[in-house]
Amino acid sequence: MKGWALTFVLAAVFALCVGPFYWLAMAATHANSEIFAETPKFYPGDQLGANTAKLEESISLVHVLGNTLFVAIVQTSIAIVVALLAGYAFAKFEFRGRNAFFVLLLSTLVIPGGVTIIPIFEMMNDLDLIDSLPALILPNLTVPFGIFLMRQSLLAIPDELLDAARVDGAGELRVLWRVVVPVMRPVLAALGVFLFLGAWNDFLWPLIALRTPEMFTLPVALATLQAQARTDFGQVMVGTAISSLPMMVLFLVLQKQFISGLLAGATKG
Amino acid sequence: MTLTMTREAATEGGGSPRSHRPRLITKRNIPYLLILPALLGFVSFKAYPILAALYISLTTGAGAARTFVGLDNYVRLVNDPLFWTSLWNTALILVVQVPIMLLLALVLALGLNSPLLRLRGLWRLGVFMPSLTGLVAYGVMFSVILSKDSGLLNWLLGIFGIDAIDWLGSPFWARIAVVIALTWHYTGYNAVIYLAGLQSIPKELYEAAMVDGAGAARRFWSITVPQLRPILLLTVVLSTIGTLQLFDEPFVLTGGGPDNSTLTISLYLYENGFRYFDFGYAAAIAYALTLIVAGFGLLQLKLTGGKK
Repeated sequence: MKGWALTFVLAAVFALCVGPFYWLAMAATHANSEIFAETPKFYPGDQLGANTAKLEESISLVHVLGNTLFVAIVQTSIAIVVALLAGYAFAKFEFRGRNAFFVLLLSTLVIPGGVTIIPIFEMMNDLDLIDSLPALILPNLTVPFGIFLMRQSLLAIPDELLDAARVDGAGELRVLWRVVVPVMRPVLAALGVFLFLGAWNDFLWPLIALRTPEMFTLPVALATLQAQARTDFGQVMVGTAISSLPMMVLFLVLQKQFISGLLAGATKG
Repeated sequence: MTLTMTREAATEGGGSPRSHRPRLITKRNIPYLLILPALLGFVSFKAYPILAALYISLTTGAGAARTFVGLDNYVRLVNDPLFWTSLWNTALILVVQVPIMLLLALVLALGLNSPLLRLRGLWRLGVFMPSLTGLVAYGVMFSVILSKDSGLLNWLLGIFGIDAIDWLGSPFWARIAVVIALTWHYTGYNAVIYLAGLQSIPKELYEAAMVDGAGAARRFWSITVPQLRPILLLTVVLSTIGTLQLFDEPFVLTGGGPDNSTLTISLYLYENGFRYFDFGYAAAIAYALTLIVAGFGLLQLKLTGGKK
């Protein structure tokens, strides 16, 4: 009996957490006037097509989604490789300046993002990269937390394993690719999911660095749309659903990687 | 045997001028090659901007018109009532929200960890979901949910006979709204962290205590809390640092209003930098924030006994 009471309480908490997403999905299928009706709509309406068409017209959805995906995929892939290589060097090699660089890298974790944003903006301006996708990608390729995560995980790999491969005549890159990468796959996946989610949701820097609507990422396009006076909220709701629901689905599929990736993010400081 | 073989392999790959086939990648230079991409990114987008921001904070104007003004921006900061308002608001939200959230998260984690619970995986999945939402999606959702006349929250309160609240329209309720939004966003995330900690406590400890006749409360205070201590401290540090930099919620929900009641340090930084383009002043705010964050970080590290 006690078990049922507890289960009921958790179901209520679950409803509080998931309810807004369900409501969002429903709101996306209703017209503006119904979204702001006195009673919330908890059943699907018939305006999804109309709302989507309006959204496509207002923000050129295909373009914007393409930009967002491009940035998230390219940035995540490169950042993972950079982190893996650096983490590998920190964990498995002796070299001059190793400890100093590692400490410097970690100490930047406590520096608020607001500090670097102005100089990076000026830098991108000087390089004439403002209003381009590289402006979003370039500053995010070295992720100190990712390097830290890689190093910690790589420390757990026994040196004998690497040496055995070297004895068999494998070159350093081959050791990395054939021995290290397969062992590290779960950690790489977790970091990948964490970085992808961050890039997909990133808002402040893209808002500052982008100017023309064709270059916008989804969060910037949505925020701009929402800020417009007399915005039709049906389309905003469709856009919001498009920006959040795919991550939910991805989460359902890759639960383990998500949770370990975000928990590892707890060391982010 | 492995050792000698390794040494041989190392010498062979050592790339000495005498080796007959010099390789591009040798055991000696490989760490530098591995670290190079990270180093380039670090120097260009971390180290240089951090130092540049320090210089910018000592200047006024931008581009060719930039002039060195010494500590003027910092003097202005200390005498700026709005800065103090933002500091006060941030502190207020911190002191109210972090304890509530972490306590809720701990209770939630204990519930999720209970052997009596059915469908654990499902509930855990659900409470984690809010932490996946991006700033904008979250802002759009909550601005409608919190709307006075047609919002989900006021409708829910209405069921219990509570009058509609003007969440985003009054200074008092706007702060509460930010606290509610923050709590919704991050409680599940912290609960999942705690749950992982709870599950790593050896069951033998509880069994031994039960043999000794310790009740549930006794087991909680003598086993669960001490075993969970490092994780509890970690979440306190992370939430404190995160809240000191609070930007998202006030930015999307209230814009810092009404009457600057939800203006936070990071939001004030953003406004000065990218609304008024007063880069020098914004950089000074950024450095003040860094000092505050670093101060808190050091203090908490000290309290936790200097553990990483």
